[in-house]
Amino acid sequence: MAARDKHGVDAPWSAGFQVVGRPSRKIDGLAKAVGHAVYADDITLPGMLHTKFLRSPHPHAKIRSIDTSKALALDGVHAVITGECMPIKYGVIPWTPDENALATDKVRFIGDEVAAVAAIDEDTANAALELIDVDYEVLHAFLDPDEALTRQDPQIHEQSEANKKKRGHRGNVSKHVDLEFGDVDAALDAADVLIEDEYTFHGTTHAAIEPHCALAQASPDGLLTVWSSTQITHYVHRALARVLEIDASQIRVIQPCLGGAFGGKSDPFALEFVVAKLALLTGRPVKCLWTREEVFYAHRGRHPMQMRYRTGAKKDGRLTGVDAKILIDGGSYSSFGLVTTYYSGQLLTGPYDFPAYRFDSTRVFTNKPPCGPKRGHGSVQPRFAFEVQLDQVAEKLDLDPIEIRRINFQGENTQTVNGQRITSNGFMECLDEVERASRWKERRGKLPRGRGLGVAGSMYITGTNYPVYPNKLPQAGIQLQADRSGLVTVFTGGNDIGQGSNSIARAIVAEELGLDPMSVRVVAADTDLCPVDLGAYSSRVTFMVGNATIDAARKLRKLIVSAVAEAWEIEEKRVFMARGEVFDLESRNRRITTREAFHLAEERYDTLGTTGAYNTPTLGGDYRGGTIGASPAYSFTAHVVEASVDEETGRITVENCWIAHDCGRALNPMLVAGQMEGSAYMGIAEAVMEEHAVNRFGLHAGPSLLDYRIPTSVDTPELHALIVESLDPEGPYGAKEAGEGPLHPSIPAISNAVFDAVGIRLTHLPFTPGKVLAALRAQRSKNLATPVGTGGA
Amino acid sequence: MLRLPKFEIARPTSIDEVVALLSEHGDDAQIIAGGTDLVPNMKHELFTPKVVVSIADVPDIAGVRVESDGTLAIGAMTTLHDVASDERVRSIAPALGHATALISGPQLRRMGTLGGNVMLDTRCQWYNQTHFWRKSLGYCLKKDGTVCHVVQSGQKCVAAASNDSAPALMTLDATLVFHGTDGRRELPIDDLWRADGIYNKHVSGELLTEIRIPATPRGHRGAYEKLRDRDSIDFPLLGVAARVDWDDAGDRVARAEVCLVALQARPVRLKKVAELLVGKQRASAELDGAIEASAERAYKQCRPLPNIPGDHEYRHEMAPVFVRRALRACVRASENASDAAGV
Ligand SMILES: Cc1cc2nc3c(=O)[nH]c(=O)nc-3n(C[C@H](O)[C@H](O)[C@H](O)COP(=O)(O)OP(=O)(O)OC[C@H]3O[C@@H](n4cnc5c(N)ncnc54)[C@H](O)[C@@H]3O)c2cc1C
Ligand code: SF4
Repeated sequence: MAARDKHGVDAPWSAGFQVVGRPSRKIDGLAKAVGHAVYADDITLPGMLHTKFLRSPHPHAKIRSIDTSKALALDGVHAVITGECMPIKYGVIPWTPDENALATDKVRFIGDEVAAVAAIDEDTANAALELIDVDYEVLHAFLDPDEALTRQDPQIHEQSEANKKKRGHRGNVSKHVDLEFGDVDAALDAADVLIEDEYTFHGTTHAAIEPHCALAQASPDGLLTVWSSTQITHYVHRALARVLEIDASQIRVIQPCLGGAFGGKSDPFALEFVVAKLALLTGRPVKCLWTREEVFYAHRGRHPMQMRYRTGAKKDGRLTGVDAKILIDGGSYSSFGLVTTYYSGQLLTGPYDFPAYRFDSTRVFTNKPPCGPKRGHGSVQPRFAFEVQLDQVAEKLDLDPIEIRRINFQGENTQTVNGQRITSNGFMECLDEVERASRWKERRGKLPRGRGLGVAGSMYITGTNYPVYPNKLPQAGIQLQADRSGLVTVFTGGNDIGQGSNSIARAIVAEELGLDPMSVRVVAADTDLCPVDLGAYSSRVTFMVGNATIDAARKLRKLIVSAVAEAWEIEEKRVFMARGEVFDLESRNRRITTREAFHLAEERYDTLGTTGAYNTPTLGGDYRGGTIGASPAYSFTAHVVEASVDEETGRITVENCWIAHDCGRALNPMLVAGQMEGSAYMGIAEAVMEEHAVNRFGLHAGPSLLDYRIPTSVDTPELHALIVESLDPEGPYGAKEAGEGPLHPSIPAISNAVFDAVGIRLTHLPFTPGKVLAALRAQRSKNLATPVGTGGA
Repeated sequence: MLRLPKFEIARPTSIDEVVALLSEHGDDAQIIAGGTDLVPNMKHELFTPKVVVSIADVPDIAGVRVESDGTLAIGAMTTLHDVASDERVRSIAPALGHATALISGPQLRRMGTLGGNVMLDTRCQWYNQTHFWRKSLGYCLKKDGTVCHVVQSGQKCVAAASNDSAPALMTLDATLVFHGTDGRRELPIDDLWRADGIYNKHVSGELLTEIRIPATPRGHRGAYEKLRDRDSIDFPLLGVAARVDWDDAGDRVARAEVCLVALQARPVRLKKVAELLVGKQRASAELDGAIEASAERAYKQCRPLPNIPGDHEYRHEMAPVFVRRALRACVRASENASDAAGV
């Protein structure tokens, strides 16, 4: 049974925190900096073959036939496979398995995987691809989500006739959620002001520096090992077992060092199944490294959303109700789409109190690269819309934008309108911090035209209590081993994707056992060696793996302390561990090294090892979908952005971004600040530069890092991380998440800053210079049309 | 990673050897200088030369020289970084200094050469893509296909000249030294260009060895303004080079030039635009008016097409803004220079 105990927010030893709370280097920082770290593509095995994929050139087509014989006959080709060798469908969400490793009957976007070749080298594999003949019957392609909503046929994912009869023709709807909390119509009727507007979020992608890579090896006795650049080892493990029809106990999945993920590596991907299948078929190790272009096709990036919001408020600024209608462009597969659709509404109900709330979200399939989770999954888009709308409410009521956010603050230890439990909540301090640091009071509304300040707030989950497949098992497990050398090894299923989860596990063990962090080693994300953790998504790892680590470390500590106390014939509470030593609090020169203490404990208890676990308490509203978005703790963020607008070119420059984030306790402030800055950078990039666009042919408009513009260092503004620590009662030492929340406010804060700068409301992303100029023109013609003396501010 | 097609590499050590190799292999040969354009284009299978002729070992085609008559001679193999940071370039040909400093990013400027930049292929969103991508599209007129996706009914490729140095060199009356089977010849840079995006030059199969810029007068000022999304790496969405020469007395415009790139297949010289400035008094309302009028005329004279990525109407809107900025930068530089008492 997993421990649901709270471990408390205090330091484990009376001397206070020794490791936690201090800025320290990442466990693998040096190795990465000097090129020592081993990424998936660095692994080479004897006799290894290389895989390349044949992809669909059509956005939507039926496959009539595939002829691989010529490819197979090419010298150096060891195997060519198509969808029929892996007919079982999968999907990261078990309710919506709609993907095949290779297309079986249909292709659904340009880039969809159709066949794969294993050959002695990449050039031979590429040459073989040219020899595969596929006969397609081209179908109508849906590129516009509105069309996908209204036109039922052809279906991108066909329902059986029986299913259509039973459930109704679903057309191209992937998921529809319509939830109402309170009486929204009445609430909006009772409002003194009502703002209604439309907002668009374009698509963006993760652009992690490391492209996806997987390598598989089958041992002579049939054991399969897969190394993959994944952030969800456990789900890949399960999916491989399902699709390959091999018992999971015969499969080992390892995540090597990873070069960034941001949600883009949290689905099982075609390459993992394909290298595994090819390794089994050929008896040789098989590797596949996707090109950057292929990564753009794999996508799973942020969903484009068309959003209509209505918000009502009383004269004093209090919100009465919020009503949202959202159309979500899902691309060609479900991925996490079921969750995305819920998140698009469920995660908006803080940090403000909504007396009444409704959202009606529909996700449709289109013939474009599949969307999925990207940092701030499902909630970055609605947050953008709502935080701009809240500014519009403030404008109408002539309230200060920070003030209206304070007025509506929901408070701590409360419940949201949709039934989510809120524990710690440092949002007010976040507002105070950004107000102070940006000199808001002196400067907002008072800067010369062309320069302005904007604020926005947000909240985000710290993991959810909804594991993607229903089970009662712990969400996170940890195993510790204490070696006679004095080393403690942590075995964790947690995926360190650069966010630093291994560093956190090390810090916690060091803290609990009074060790130098260098005496703790971490073995992670290897399904043969490590207890299950569900993976690096939903900002769950620090919280859940952290709690499991404390659990395991306290058990180990108990063994050591009791063995020492017994040997010294003193009470256990006199035994103190610090800086690699164990001593008697009442007679301080009685001391031994931790290593010697381990020996005492091993003599007493035999081989030293403990386990720890974490599971969430029961959470969530009592309605269908009520557990989706229910988190044991929420993080809160506020940003103030200072932006300038060049009215001649329409270019927005973000000059400064102050990021105040309530992460509970900052276990390692350097990592927290890094996450805050990285998040804000990413949000700003999405607002002013990045666009994952598909052109009129259904082709990705520019699947390269030249055409997909991510800001360079010279395009990156000054980012100021202001850490707020609210100490959550259930987090490890009070910690909450810091990896995703701090992205949310940057986008609406830019729009709000532009309003302060030049008086235009940008509601459609991305904020390109062309759009800014168009809005400025509209402003000028409106001003001309307004007779002098009657104009507004 | 994308793979390079197979090729042989030749490493000639003299100009004559290069010329011989080019004539022997004809269309199957291609010169590589810094490779920063050729290599990505080969990976995209836009070019699949059988023989790649490296000119890295050819002596005396790199470096900056000022000849006795004041001519600035820049070897084709001089890296963009070396051009951009050369004091002589910056004073004799400031527009070229600006333009080369804004090409792509610092790493590529240390590989890429001025010769390679002059000889750069045209660019288009339907063309600078992988082979898989172009095949899915059904290709286009410029390579392997029959239709243009920019001007659907068009019979001609309108891919955009995208080399930042080109308009700057045009304002500077540069001449290019080529070596071919008929020996050495000099070509005014304006005569290099053809209005055909498939290959926008009149010269092929010859080695460019030197870029020659005649001495500029004491009152010469130049500037380059570049529109791009990011402040590094990106190709121009629009590039404007401007030149303003003050007369000997230093108070009237003796000569003005405005040249643009990233519009159509060839870089363009807006003769009528620049003429408006000639004869105008320094720091006068008539000069300001002339700059405004030039900007307006530039707007009327250029028609960006949706050839390169991004919003072409926005590029059109920016033409007058960038022409104005480039001309103002020239005029301002002039004031600074006189402030600095003739230094
Ligand atoms: C990410 C990226 C960004 C870029 N951004 C820009 C930009 O902003 N502005 C810009 O102008 N360019 C840009 N470039 C293109 C390129 O880097 C530069 O144009 C560079 O100057 C090319 O020089 P090179 O020596 O590398 O040419 P190469 O790639 O070696 O050659 C380019 C072409 O010129 C021919 N050639 C080269 N030298 C000679 C010669 N001496 N005689 C005859 N033919 C020759 C080659 O055969 C080839 O066709 C960018 C490239 C990349 C990859
Ligand atoms: S303009 Fe573009 S699409 Fe048209 S032919 Fe040239 S390269 Fe192809």
